[in-house]
Amino acid sequence: MGLATAYLSLIVLLPLAALVWHAGKAGRSGFWEAVSDPQAVSALKLTLAVSAVVCLVNAVMGTVVAWILVRDRFPGQGVVNAIIDLPFALPTIVAGLTLLALYGPNGPVGVNVAFSRTAVFLALLFVTLPFVIRTVQPVLLELDRDMEEAAASLGAGPLLTFRHIVFPNVFPAILSGVALAFARAIGEFGAVVLISGNLPFKTEVASVFIFGQIESGDAPGAAAVSVVILFISFAVLLAIGALRRLTTRHDRA
Amino acid sequence: MRFTVLAGVFLVLAFAAVAAALTSGEVSARADGGTLRLVAYSTPREAYGKLIDDFKDTTAGRGTSFEQSYGASGEQARAVIAGLKADVVAFSLELDMTSLVKAGLVAKTWKQDRFGGMVTRSVVVFAVRKGNPEKIRSWADLIKPGIDVVTPNVQTSGGAKWNVMAAYGAQRKLGLSRQRSVRYLEKLYDHVVSQDKSAREALQTFLAGRGDVLLAYENEALFAQKHNQALDFVIPKATISIENPIAVVKRSGNRTTARAFISYLRTKPAQLIFGENGYRPVLRSAAKQFGFPVPPRQFTIKYLGGWANVDKRFFDPRTGIVTKIQKRKGG
Amino acid sequence: MHRWVLRALGLSYLGVLLAAPVGLVFWRTFEHGVGPAWDAVTTPAAKHAFVVTITIAAIAVPANTIFGVICALAIVRRRFPGKGILNALVDLPLALSPVVVGLAFLLLYGRNGWFGSWLTEHGVQIVFALPGMILVTIFVSLPFVVREVVPVLHEIGTEQEQAAATLGASGFQTFRRVTLPAIRWAVGYGVVLTTARALGEFGAVSVVSGHVVGKTETMTLHVEESYQSFDYVGAYAASVVLALLAISTLLAMSLFKPKEEIR
Repeated sequence: MGLATAYLSLIVLLPLAALVWHAGKAGRSGFWEAVSDPQAVSALKLTLAVSAVVCLVNAVMGTVVAWILVRDRFPGQGVVNAIIDLPFALPTIVAGLTLLALYGPNGPVGVNVAFSRTAVFLALLFVTLPFVIRTVQPVLLELDRDMEEAAASLGAGPLLTFRHIVFPNVFPAILSGVALAFARAIGEFGAVVLISGNLPFKTEVASVFIFGQIESGDAPGAAAVSVVILFISFAVLLAIGALRRLTTRHDRA
Repeated sequence: MRFTVLAGVFLVLAFAAVAAALTSGEVSARADGGTLRLVAYSTPREAYGKLIDDFKDTTAGRGTSFEQSYGASGEQARAVIAGLKADVVAFSLELDMTSLVKAGLVAKTWKQDRFGGMVTRSVVVFAVRKGNPEKIRSWADLIKPGIDVVTPNVQTSGGAKWNVMAAYGAQRKLGLSRQRSVRYLEKLYDHVVSQDKSAREALQTFLAGRGDVLLAYENEALFAQKHNQALDFVIPKATISIENPIAVVKRSGNRTTARAFISYLRTKPAQLIFGENGYRPVLRSAAKQFGFPVPPRQFTIKYLGGWANVDKRFFDPRTGIVTKIQKRKGG
Repeated sequence: MHRWVLRALGLSYLGVLLAAPVGLVFWRTFEHGVGPAWDAVTTPAAKHAFVVTITIAAIAVPANTIFGVICALAIVRRRFPGKGILNALVDLPLALSPVVVGLAFLLLYGRNGWFGSWLTEHGVQIVFALPGMILVTIFVSLPFVVREVVPVLHEIGTEQEQAAATLGASGFQTFRRVTLPAIRWAVGYGVVLTTARALGEFGAVSVVSGHVVGKTETMTLHVEESYQSFDYVGAYAASVVLALLAISTLLAMSLFKPKEEIR
C-alpha cells in the first residue's frame, strides 16, 4: 500500500505538481486570461464534445466486440483478438496516416472526411478502440454462466438475460473502459494532428492548441489550459469511479 | 506457476536491457577529435549526413565523432535551453537562435561574421500540383475564389512565419501600403484550409491531396521532388529570402572543432553539397554554379524591420497582427 | 439470430476502424516486396531504434505490472481516506496530452527544472537521455494493469480469499494461490495493453528524447522521421515491427489460457 503510494507519487504526482505550479506562475489573471482565450475555449469544447461521443460509441461497440470475442466462435477469431491492441502499439502518427490514406482525399473508398470534425472523431475512435473491449473481456470470461443458464432454462430470451443478468455485471467494466477511453481521447495528439487540419476554432483540439502555446513560448499559458483539462477529466473520472462503485455488486451468493 | 516463470523472464530481460543500454553508450564516444554534438532543424538531415562524412576527411575534422539530433526548429531550440547537450546549433529561423542568446547559451556576437551568421539560404515558393492546373503564379492568384491554400500554423512553425512575411513583404514590395498589405493577409487567411504544426507536415498534407497551393521553402519543394513526390513549384516575383543561422554553443567542450566545422560548412565543397540538397549557398561562387533563379523583387527580413520587430508586431500571442487575424477568422 | 447480428455489427465495425488501417500498413510495407521492407528495418538507425524501444518497454512494463496489481488490490480490498482520489489519479496519465507530459517532465528534470541544478551538479542526465524516456513511458502506460484488474477483483469477490485465510494461509500465500490465478486473465490483458502502449508511445517521448540519432530515437520516432523524409516503406515497415511485437506479446500472454475451465 505504501509502496503503491510512493510509486504513484514519484511517477505521477511530481510531474503534475510541477505542471500546476508552472500554470500558477502567470498569476491569477494570467491563468484566467490563458483559460478564457476564445481559441482555447473553442478547442476545449470541441475536444470534450467529440470525446464524449467517442466514449458512447465505444461503450456500445466495445461491448459488442468483447462479446463476440468471448461468447462467439467464428473463423479468424484469434486473429481478430490479436489485432485489437494495435491502435496502441502503432505510433499515433501511423494511425493518422492510415486513416488519412483510407478516408481522406486520395482514399480508395471514395469517402473523404479528412480535415473535418468527423476526422477528429474517427481518429479518436481508432485510438480508443481497445479500451472497453479489453476491460470487458476478462469480466465476461470470469462471469458465472450459471445464472444465465438458469434464466435461459426458465424461458428468458437473450435480450432479457443480457439486460438483467449480464449487463449489470459488465457495466462496471464498461465504465472502467469508458474512463480510460475518455482520458485518452481528450489528451490525444498524434493521431488527430495529421488528419484534422488543426484549423483554429474549427478542428483544433485542446492538445494541439496547448502545443501551439508551448511553441509560441507561452509555457505557463499552456500549463494553465492543461491544468483545466486535468481538472475536468479528474472530475469526470471521479464521477465514473463513483458510478462504478455504486453499480458494482459486492455479494456473491 | 507459468506466471511466475514469465514474470521472471521479463525481469531478466529488463536487467539485460538496462545493462545493454548502460554499456552501449561508451562504445561510440572515444575518438581523437573528441565528440561534436550537432543539434539542427529537421530538413537538412540528409545534407548534414554527407557533410559530416566529408568533414571527417579534412585535417580539422579527423578523428571527430559526431552526435546528431534533428527535429522541428523551435522544438530543438527549446530542447537545448532545457538541457540538450550541443556544440553546434543550426536552426531554420533566426528567432530560434535569438532564444538561445537570451538563455545565455549562444554569444551575442554570433552574427558577426562574413555571412551574418547564416549557413544556407532559400526562398518562399508556391508549391502546386503537377502541371500547375490552377495556373498559380502570383500572390494575387492565391486569393482568387476557390483557391485553397495550405500553410503551417504560425504558432508552432518557423516556416509559417517565413511564409506570412513573404506574403506581407511581397505586397509592400509591390507598392501597397501597410494597411492594404495587412488586408491581403486577411484575405489570404480566408483561403487557408489547413494549418499543420510544421512545414514538413504541411507538405505531407498537401501531398495527401489537400489544397491547391502550398506555401513552402524552395528547399522543401526540391526535397520532395528529389523523392519523386508529385509537385511543381513557382517562384513568385516578389518573395522573401530565407536565411538559416548556425552558431557555436558557449558551453561547448569542443569549441575549436565546432568552429572548424562551421568554417568548413562555408567552404565551396560544403556549400556545393548544400546546393545539391536544394539549399541556396551563402557562398557566392557556389551559388553561381547552381543557377538558382533570383526573384526580381527579392527582399530579406531586414526590409521588414528585422525578426525581433516583426515577431512582436505580427506574431505576439496577444497583440500580433496575424494572431488577431486568426482569432477573427474563428471567434 | 442475435448471434449473427452481433457478429456482423462487431466485425464490420472492426473492419472499417481497425482491419482496414492495419491492412493498409502491412500492404504499404510489402508493396514493393519483402526485400526493400527488410532493408528498411535493418538500417543502423532502425536497429538502434529497435533496441531503444525494447529497452524502454522491458523496464516500464514489469514496473507498471507489479505496481498495477498492488494498486488494484489496495483500491478494491482496502478502505482508506482518499481512495476515490487515488483511483482517479491512476487514470490521469492518460488524460494528459503527450506534449504536456513531456513538458511536465522537462519542468522537473530539465536544466531549469525543479531538480535541474541538482542533476547537473551530479552529472546525471535524465531528460534527453534514456532514463527520462523510460520515466515518461512508465507514466503514460501506468493505468492499464490497474484498470484491468480492478473490475475482476470486484467480480470475484472475497470469499475464496477469506476462506484461505481461515484455513491458515498467509497473506502472500493467499495472494499467490487464490487471488493471482483468478486475476491472471486481467493481468495478462493489462500487460498486453501496457506493452502495446509503451511500444507505441510517441508524443511525450518525442519531447524528452532529444532525437539523438542512434541513441535516443525509439521506433516510433524513427517512424516519424522516415515518413517525414518520404521513406514510406521504412515508416510502414517499422510500424509492422511494432505491430508484430504487440501481437507477440498477446500470444505470449495467451499461454496463460487456463486449460478448459473446470466447473
